[in-house]
Amino acid sequence: MSSSTAIAPVSSRTDLQPAGGANGTEEQYVTFTVGSEEYGVNILAVREIRGWTPESRLPNLPDYVRGVINLRGIIIPIFDLRARFGGGPTEVTKRHVVVVMQVGERTRGILVDAISDILAIGHDEIKPPPDVDSGLIDAEYLSGLYTADNRMVTLLNVGKLFVGEHAEQDAAPLTAVRETV
Amino acid sequence: MDDLSRFKQTYFDESAELLAVAEAGLLRLAPGEIDMDEVNAIFRAVHSIKGGGGAFGFAGLVAFAHEFETVMDGVRNAEIPITTGLVDTLIRANDVLARMLSHAADGTEAPEGTTDDTVAALRRFLGKAEAVPGQPEPAPEPAATLHPDDEDDEAGIFGDALAAIQAARDDQGPSATPAADAVPDGKIRWTVVFRPKAELLLSGNEPTYMLRALRRLGEAEIVCHLDRLPSLRDLDAELLHLSWTVTLLAGPEVDRARIDDVFEFVADDCDIRISAEAPPPAVIPAIPPGAGPPALQNAAPAPGADLQDKAVPPPPATPAATTSGAAGPGKAADGARRGNGGDHAGPTSHTIRVDLDKIDRLVNMVGEMVITQAMIAEHVRDLPPGQFQELLEGLESLAQHTRELRENVMSIRAQPVSSVFSRMPRLVRECAAATGKEVMLVTSGETTEVDKTVVENLVDPLTHMIRNSIDHGLEGPEERERTGKPRAGTVHLSAAHRSGRIVIEVTDDGRGINRAKVLSKAIEKGLVQPGSSLSDEEIDNLIFLPGFSTADQVSNLSGRGVGMDVVRRNISSLGGRIGVYSAPGEGSRFVLSLPLTLAVLDGMVISVGDERFVLPLTNIVESLRPKPADLHGLVNKCDVMMARGEYVRLVHLHRLFGIPKAIDDATRGLVVLVETEDGSRLGLVVDEVLGQQQVVIKSLEANFRRLDGVAAATILGDGRVALILDVAGLREMSRHGAAPATGIPTTAIPLAAPADRSDQRQRQTV
Repeated sequence: MSSSTAIAPVSSRTDLQPAGGANGTEEQYVTFTVGSEEYGVNILAVREIRGWTPESRLPNLPDYVRGVINLRGIIIPIFDLRARFGGGPTEVTKRHVVVVMQVGERTRGILVDAISDILAIGHDEIKPPPDVDSGLIDAEYLSGLYTADNRMVTLLNVGKLFVGEHAEQDAAPLTAVRETV
Repeated sequence: MDDLSRFKQTYFDESAELLAVAEAGLLRLAPGEIDMDEVNAIFRAVHSIKGGGGAFGFAGLVAFAHEFETVMDGVRNAEIPITTGLVDTLIRANDVLARMLSHAADGTEAPEGTTDDTVAALRRFLGKAEAVPGQPEPAPEPAATLHPDDEDDEAGIFGDALAAIQAARDDQGPSATPAADAVPDGKIRWTVVFRPKAELLLSGNEPTYMLRALRRLGEAEIVCHLDRLPSLRDLDAELLHLSWTVTLLAGPEVDRARIDDVFEFVADDCDIRISAEAPPPAVIPAIPPGAGPPALQNAAPAPGADLQDKAVPPPPATPAATTSGAAGPGKAADGARRGNGGDHAGPTSHTIRVDLDKIDRLVNMVGEMVITQAMIAEHVRDLPPGQFQELLEGLESLAQHTRELRENVMSIRAQPVSSVFSRMPRLVRECAAATGKEVMLVTSGETTEVDKTVVENLVDPLTHMIRNSIDHGLEGPEERERTGKPRAGTVHLSAAHRSGRIVIEVTDDGRGINRAKVLSKAIEKGLVQPGSSLSDEEIDNLIFLPGFSTADQVSNLSGRGVGMDVVRRNISSLGGRIGVYSAPGEGSRFVLSLPLTLAVLDGMVISVGDERFVLPLTNIVESLRPKPADLHGLVNKCDVMMARGEYVRLVHLHRLFGIPKAIDDATRGLVVLVETEDGSRLGLVVDEVLGQQQVVIKSLEANFRRLDGVAAATILGDGRVALILDVAGLREMSRHGAAPATGIPTTAIPLAAPADRSDQRQRQTV
């Protein structure tokens, strides 16, 4: 579409088998920023990364469901990660990025501020998330924490992050998060 | 999927089609008449199923199909008269075959005895045909002789010869060789020596076809020469080692050219000598030199001799066998037709089987292209024409090509409605039997093509409507006679294209809708207020209301809780409408109007704030701008509008959907009057109506989920997504109150059409 340019098409996923040789304990993660925080998702789930295209709003949904866009003929929902984590809706600019992910049968995009890196992370380098108040953060979608050059990268379990095709299930705890943060 | 199971799947697919062909053909068989094309088609269908079944080793199925086929062969040779009983038995046999196929497909064994009754019934017809006085009891062998074209029989083309040898052994004695030397008046005795090259089979030719074709030209005596037959050790099964001499006693209408025609396709692969002669007392066939000792033949069949095989005891040194089949001269014409059109595999079908997914992907991509093309067109519209003349011309032709491409691709999914219509004769038959009425079904427009999904979804509504017509519409034969109508009622099923839609009509000449009864029922059930005055048309339409049933007419056909409301819902889920027209005493007419495809929808694009939506055209009654005097508040809660003498509830789309910056005042915006499938009206307040457009329906659920008030989504010319509104859903939402914009959406509001709705949409999307 006119204003969108694929920033870093991460294609040919078959080439991106878990790195790290025979033991296969190292996996690649795409990391991106939302505000001052950095998140990572397994690269195997990422279909493409594209620039922001105006969405069509969907009625009567929580604010982290931004709407739907046309991805070459299929209609995919866009989730606003900032809003998802209780930071309110993102004010989008041309530099905002949509990470298109394949979660099971479904394709969906998440709106993030910027892509930052691709990291190869060994399994033993991932630290479990600290024991947080389950009322504060729904830790289900956190798969672990990783330290890269003194930055903390929160690794997300995309499968759990978007249990929300029945978004109403997610809406309640998230509202709670927003109020307490 | 491995290769074998893929072939198996193809076989089952094809068999399903063939069964349908056979059933359609069987239903068209009329007692006393014989339509050779029809009979041949049925025979071929059963035969092909049997052949494929043999290849996969479905022994039970093959054995049964063989019985079925044997009877069909009797029918096509006019040995078994077509009677109602026969047709019933054959239809039953077709069902059994279908059952056996489905067992075979599941990999299960058909229960013991599944076929017994039917086989017995089939054999009775066979027995009748063969119980010609003076003939010996039918032996199992004749079946093989009757089917020289059974390539899957163990003997294949040797069948004739082997069976004949067998027959000869069984039937030794001079009684079987009547010495009929004289040629009857007006007949010519032809001698055809047919020596195919050994490689004939490799080119896919089948010599028994030719022998059969010859036999249909007249009375034929076929002698098979086994002289070239090598010993079993040297036998190459792919080569043909046989040759034949045919003595043909045919009427004057058979000329040399007709005989030549028989060998037309193999002329290069065989040695043929055809001679006509005055009847010699004995025929010594002219066998080319070096071909071994000629077969000795000294018998000609007596005129009128029939089926039963006759054979000369083979001379000890010259293995030869004779079979004869006789056809009366009156059947020669039929025979020729069969020879040309019947026994060959029919016209070559120029079709391929394609995975539906592939076509759907193609349709999807073309949809994309159409959108991209529209987008480009929108961008260049403002370019100065003088400067970009060639670009604009190019885009113009691109637009035309994309349009054509889209139409053509859509038509790939199109299939004639005949696949649905062809199921109806059977239904009518059963309904007629169940109600004791006499019914004639007339169909027209079977070749009208519609999208496959539409065709598939037509079966249930049509089944119900036809049942309804027969059960409720048509009178019994006595009542019809009393009212001066023919005893048999007529149900007419027709299909036609009309202005980009398909119109299907079910018309009966029955008693019409009993309006007094319908109205009193509706009042009784609380569907209509007592004392309301309804027009005839309105009363007729009451039958579509949910819960409506003229309950005292419950029979095993209707009254099973499925009413015309379900029919209407099915039709409307296809984007169609249904109307009823009835005249008391003259009959009723149900008219369905459906889109040609579910991939595309005629819609009206509307705007609300910055958002654009598509309203299905079928829902729209009109759009208008109300005057302030037309608007009223209803107990301060709800706006109503006076439109054409009727108060209509207004629904502000922007309030319902929480859209900012939209026009709230209906007098400054527009009201689109919409109608749901149950006829209730609603006024949607929108900013603007942007225009009518065909849109490609896209699924929202594939990657997200269903939303209240939204039927599906589409992509507009600028590449943006627009939601297609679901009018019934909107009404439901506005009734229950919209969920707050950021709150928890009310889940699972039971909509007018429950759970199956979402499936429906899933299937609609391409």
